[in-house]
Amino acid sequence: MNKKKMIPYFYLLPITLIFCILMVYPICQVIGFSVKDNVIVNPNPQFAGMENFSRIFHAPEFWKALGNSLKFSVVSLFFHITLGMVFALMLNSDLINSRFRGLVRALYIIPWTFTVSIVAILWRLMLNNSGIVNTVLGLSVDWFGDRDLAMKAVIFVNIWCSYPFYLISILAALQGVSTVYYEAASIDGANGIQKFIKITLPHVKPVLISLTLLDFIWSMQQLSLTYITTGGGPIGSTETVGTYTYNLAFKSYQFSTASASAVVMMLLCLVMDIFYVRMQNRVDG
Amino acid sequence: MRKSTRMRLMKILIITGLLIGLVYALFPVVWMISCAFKSNTEVFTVPQRIIPRRPTLEAFSQVLTDRGKLRYFLNSYIIAMVTTAITLFVAILAAYALSRYAFRGKKPLNVFIIITQAVPPMTLLIPYFGMLVLFGLYDSYWALIVTYLVFTLPYATIMITGYINTLPKDLDEAVAIDGGSTWCVLWRVLVPISTPGLVATAIYTFLQCWNEYLFALCLTKSGEMRTVPVGIQLLMGQISYKWNEMMAMSILGSIPIIILFIFAQNYFIAGLSAGAIKS
Repeated sequence: MNKKKMIPYFYLLPITLIFCILMVYPICQVIGFSVKDNVIVNPNPQFAGMENFSRIFHAPEFWKALGNSLKFSVVSLFFHITLGMVFALMLNSDLINSRFRGLVRALYIIPWTFTVSIVAILWRLMLNNSGIVNTVLGLSVDWFGDRDLAMKAVIFVNIWCSYPFYLISILAALQGVSTVYYEAASIDGANGIQKFIKITLPHVKPVLISLTLLDFIWSMQQLSLTYITTGGGPIGSTETVGTYTYNLAFKSYQFSTASASAVVMMLLCLVMDIFYVRMQNRVDG
Repeated sequence: MRKSTRMRLMKILIITGLLIGLVYALFPVVWMISCAFKSNTEVFTVPQRIIPRRPTLEAFSQVLTDRGKLRYFLNSYIIAMVTTAITLFVAILAAYALSRYAFRGKKPLNVFIIITQAVPPMTLLIPYFGMLVLFGLYDSYWALIVTYLVFTLPYATIMITGYINTLPKDLDEAVAIDGGSTWCVLWRVLVPISTPGLVATAIYTFLQCWNEYLFALCLTKSGEMRTVPVGIQLLMGQISYKWNEMMAMSILGSIPIIILFIFAQNYFIAGLSAGAIKS
């Protein structure tokens, strides 16, 4: 009898082990690092209390990075949802035949399949001073090197390479709305806009909220794209919390301070994730 | 306006909109391919053309004859395949337990799996760096295989659990009545039937490993151990950039993705939409 009860635990053993060693323990470690001084470089780090946290909260670069992260996340989010919705609505229309739809949908996903370093160098090529974008627009701008334009350029690239995820998710949600509703509405004389507001939107709202939260969490963690395109410059105009933490750790080797910053990042994301889980439970239950 | 005319107008509008969207999505890709077949000087020669004036394979040959660069591809393949294999194995075991059994700690475990996706990779990078150096695994295949597991397992487990949930429990009972153990139920019955779901998970996992950049950058150091995403970025030289080579390498580096994409497109899309709808 007891053996039978143990079965599921047996099957869960590998994954539990992996998560304990590779998730729980490192998180405890990084929290430990954040309250010590001179970790990793010094074999005997001293306890330092909240000193590291106080250091980053007093650093203007940190707050600038946080502001940039927020700007990055909110703008990306807005366009992800909007573009995703617009294209999903177009793709979902029954006015186009399904083979065309299948083909176009497949082609739209392509930007998402490339790894971040390929996307970054491709756009560095295109947004180069003598690159194709400047040629077509008739400008001669250094997109990633200009203090005012760099952030906009990074956000644009981010939107380009990640919007397919939102497009496919919203499209799947749209296709889940039963046509019965639309037919009934047509009979009652509703026009397209009314159908959208009264039928489509309420049905996809849960998915939209879900995507919004996920996107925000992911965008706040983002650093690779920024790092490869601009490195956080020029003059910190594209520095995000991610690149700030990374530079602290692997450029300045200040692992303690970097750990504190990493812990702050984690707490931010955890709070948002709790919102997300709460919201999902409300939808399901 | 007559209804059919209005519908035709809408159709034209929609198709135009979709085509504009296609240009937005694909022009950069077309440009990448175009530059890969140019000589490095032609990349910026004005007026810039999509079809190269003098198409050449020199960029590709420079990449393919460079042993260092070829090594990046080998590393990426090995790491991605090993990680995918381990992930599938561990996730299948866990999914079996989560799908077929009710037990104490199930709900917290579910929540835990979801919460792990909220931990920023950057936060784990610092302790991983310390741990790997301590165990002497820094700058080796295992460094990346081990770290990737943490990112691939939650999603893989969720996907496979969801899939096994759709399989009727009668199958389990049939095997049990014949005296089969749970191991038998899982590997002889459930897994073979789950092939579509497993393939989708494997593809998604492979893609995650192949495309990963940050950890590959920080946890490897030597040229022998680096992977394709890092290798491509390293081509950005200090003085002059070999743009055509970078584009050629990008295309070569995307080949597994492209192949998987062409042949397993539906699985891709299943993976993408499952994540959003389900999570």
